[in-house]
Amino acid sequence: MTISAFSLGTAVTRWSQLAASLVAVAALGACAAPSPYDYTAFKQNRPVSMLVLPPVNETPEVTATYGVLSQVTMPLAEAGYYVVPVSLMDETFRQNGLNNPTEIHDVSPRKLREIFGADAAVYIKVTRYGTSYAVISSETRVTAQARIVDLRTGQLLWQGSATASSSENRNQSQGGLAGLLVNALVTQIVETVSDTSFKYAAIASQRLLSHRTNGVLYGPRSPNYQTD
Amino acid sequence: MKSSHPLRLGAAIVIGSILVGCAPAPTRLYHWEGFQGQLYEYFKADSSSPEDQLRILDAQAQKARASGAALPPGFRAHLAMIYLRLGRDGEAKQELEAEKANFPESAQYMDFLLKRMTAPKS
Repeated sequence: MTISAFSLGTAVTRWSQLAASLVAVAALGACAAPSPYDYTAFKQNRPVSMLVLPPVNETPEVTATYGVLSQVTMPLAEAGYYVVPVSLMDETFRQNGLNNPTEIHDVSPRKLREIFGADAAVYIKVTRYGTSYAVISSETRVTAQARIVDLRTGQLLWQGSATASSSENRNQSQGGLAGLLVNALVTQIVETVSDTSFKYAAIASQRLLSHRTNGVLYGPRSPNYQTD
Repeated sequence: MKSSHPLRLGAAIVIGSILVGCAPAPTRLYHWEGFQGQLYEYFKADSSSPEDQLRILDAQAQKARASGAALPPGFRAHLAMIYLRLGRDGEAKQELEAEKANFPESAQYMDFLLKRMTAPKS
């Protein structure tokens, strides 16, 4: 079979068929529940307390690390975990000569557990943070990834990523009802700050680390502990 | 204007409860108010003064107590951090002890910090 066997007309038809099936698949994907997350390790380890390390910043925006770090206690605490106090944690690293999140992420789990006594550590990477300005419309976007690792067994308990963007207001279908509810939950915080990126850091952090479909499981301080 | 037809009201309640049924109602475990914003203030280079931060957090703590709501994990420990910045070590210690009493999960780290505070300064 050679390329010349296809006329231009056939190729166009094939492309439109492919496009149509891609659209159909995308539509189905939006309706169907996402495939369930494998919580085997999470349920075997059942952490009680979480240590959120300063996020590694892969963006040019210098405020990304602390913008996200300031927001992540809430979703994890509301899910039912004790979260190691982030300001003291940051200061403890500084007093030990560790100012750089990348270096901090390299500290051994054994050492982290010895000092902070937490059951699990949360390693976050911020890949988008801030506003990109364009002629037609500018967009503020925050994207972060997280890995939760048990400090007792070294097992990966959970990983995921989340985004919050100002363009969602123009494209409501993206977040759906769940997205709107999460938004409502953080409206109070969002309205009290003037820093736009920090607002989207709040929403992205909620999406990343609160209890939701394929998110973290309820922790022991939640009345719903072990029901999921 | 007369109140809406009972059927219409019934339908609204049913639809409303279906919508709510999709996601649990957002009841919170803790009184957050401006805590995250204050953490951000603390971390920012051009932040407000520790005195201002302390005043805001104190007011928030009083509100929480008045309404019987729980303060979030790390709230008292963050107060301790601000007291340390202000050189008020005695109050910082009290807040660390309070964090430990309210969240026994923090005991190991709080003891680590308390031990360092009582150690003779070089």
